Amino acid sequence: MTRTTTPSIRANSWPAARLLRLVSRGSLYALLIIGASFMLVPFLWMLSTSLKADEYVLSMPPQLIPRPLTTRSYTQLAELFPIGRMFFNSAFVAVLTTLGQILTCSMAAYAFARIQFKGSNVLFLLYLATLMIPSQVTITPLFILMRYLGWINTYQGLILPGVFSAFGTFMLRQFFLTLPKELEEAAFIDGASHWTVYRRIILPLAMPALATLGVFSFMGSWNAFLWPLFVVRDLEMMTLPVGLSTLHGRWLTRWNLVMAGSVITVLPMLLVYLLAQKYFVRGVVMSGIKG
Amino acid sequence: MAGEKGIRKYAWVCFFLFPSLGGLALFTLTPILASLGLTLFEWDLLTSPRFAGLGNFRRMLFHDRNFWVALRHTLYFIAGYIPLVMVIALGVAVALNQKIKGRVLFRTAFFVPVVSAWVAVALLWKWIFNPRFGMLNYVLKFIGIEGLTWLFDPQLAMPAIIITSVWKDIGFVMVMYLAGLQGIPATYYEAAAIDGAGGLARFRHITLPLLSPTTFFALIISLINSFQVFDQVWIMTEGGPAGATIVLVEQIVKNAFSYSRMGYASALSWVLFLLVFAVTALQMRLQKRWVAYD
Repeated sequence: MTRTTTPSIRANSWPAARLLRLVSRGSLYALLIIGASFMLVPFLWMLSTSLKADEYVLSMPPQLIPRPLTTRSYTQLAELFPIGRMFFNSAFVAVLTTLGQILTCSMAAYAFARIQFKGSNVLFLLYLATLMIPSQVTITPLFILMRYLGWINTYQGLILPGVFSAFGTFMLRQFFLTLPKELEEAAFIDGASHWTVYRRIILPLAMPALATLGVFSFMGSWNAFLWPLFVVRDLEMMTLPVGLSTLHGRWLTRWNLVMAGSVITVLPMLLVYLLAQKYFVRGVVMSGIKG
Repeated sequence: MAGEKGIRKYAWVCFFLFPSLGGLALFTLTPILASLGLTLFEWDLLTSPRFAGLGNFRRMLFHDRNFWVALRHTLYFIAGYIPLVMVIALGVAVALNQKIKGRVLFRTAFFVPVVSAWVAVALLWKWIFNPRFGMLNYVLKFIGIEGLTWLFDPQLAMPAIIITSVWKDIGFVMVMYLAGLQGIPATYYEAAAIDGAGGLARFRHITLPLLSPTTFFALIISLINSFQVFDQVWIMTEGGPAGATIVLVEQIVKNAFSYSRMGYASALSWVLFLLVFAVTALQMRLQKRWVAYD
């Protein structure tokens, strides 16, 4: 299992040992390639299905490379279903939720980490306590609140409940605490206000932490299903995941359309991930946050 | 602290805290309290709420067969999902921790499902599991397995959901393990190698114990998440076939959403919270026995 390539081991390289190492190296690669294919082939199958013409979707044996290759299901999806609008909804909701989280969390984190005040600990404990409650607990009353406010089928209903994050505040506070006090002391002596210190000193230094929070809140919002399912009924207001589940309910067997919708849902997030890989890794390691 | 004193300081505190605290009060704290209150009422949103005392809990424990079914299935899901995802993720992480070519590429391959929306992943696997036209049965035919109906078979539906969930989350746990592995000093392995410890011995006596804090952390997170299993169930089976995949959160959603039983749904959600809380607390207590912090 665990192989190390330390000099002490490499030293005793009589032929049998070298052969053994070659074999185990080879099988390691073989296993990893099999594993990686197991992860990626389903996505290729998704893409391939979405590029098939109606009459070939259910053909047996299945074609991995569609022949003929057609983007017909994408255009058809756009004709039959407000998929463009849903894409916009998802992007709009995700961007605003992310910006809102970064702003409100960083402000609160600044107060908790950089200003000493009475009651700070009690308030912070309150934040931590809410982290323990699963979102399913709040979802029923939130839904009632949205009805009461008339926010069903609205952007504010989709966005606002996701903006205020105790978790994001906690994460940024931990980061802000690591920044040395001397940074702002000079600024205060020069007469700077807390806002200036927050805006000009703390935020620029916290860019990596803000980016980590940003990619995770974007992912959480883009992929969210449970809350949008509750708060939105009209097709025109649905985000992609909810729209996708509705699409599936309507055209149960038109898998090329359903897979086209899935590709449209997955691809943007994949691009965000590829562009911001290190922040994703950091986020998981720091906190085990997931969508 | 430098800066302002007294009233001015508190004005600043209020300024920085207000957006977050106000929002949390409205969208998290109030709903938490309201949810707690709702457990004591019956309310269908059309007529006015009716006080029911502990009626919702009585109904859950003694009259709602689906609650017990949901509880059993959720535990079944956890029992299948947790060991698989932890062991496979550890294996992949150990393999990827070697000096190999294309590490980043492999890591990306395992992480792609993690960033994908559950709805899309669930639909994809529903298609893969399709008994007649799905890829899986087509592949299985080559090794002589035929005619499995997966999501339509009460015996196989939950295993299929477990497979899908493991597939989606391997990368998530793997990244945690990779970070843990990077924290183990190479000198430990070198010393063990000089003492003649083989690969397996090194894994057992160095890697596993030194990774135990990571295992603990990943286990807690995965347990909390798996109690809340929902998206994949809702998309792939909606609790079927014949109730074989009814789970707790699915019951919460059905009661709130389809049956308009606001009080009962809240009661179920608090039982979910208590379960998650109890299991996490138990883990915290047990950690002394097997988690080695340096």
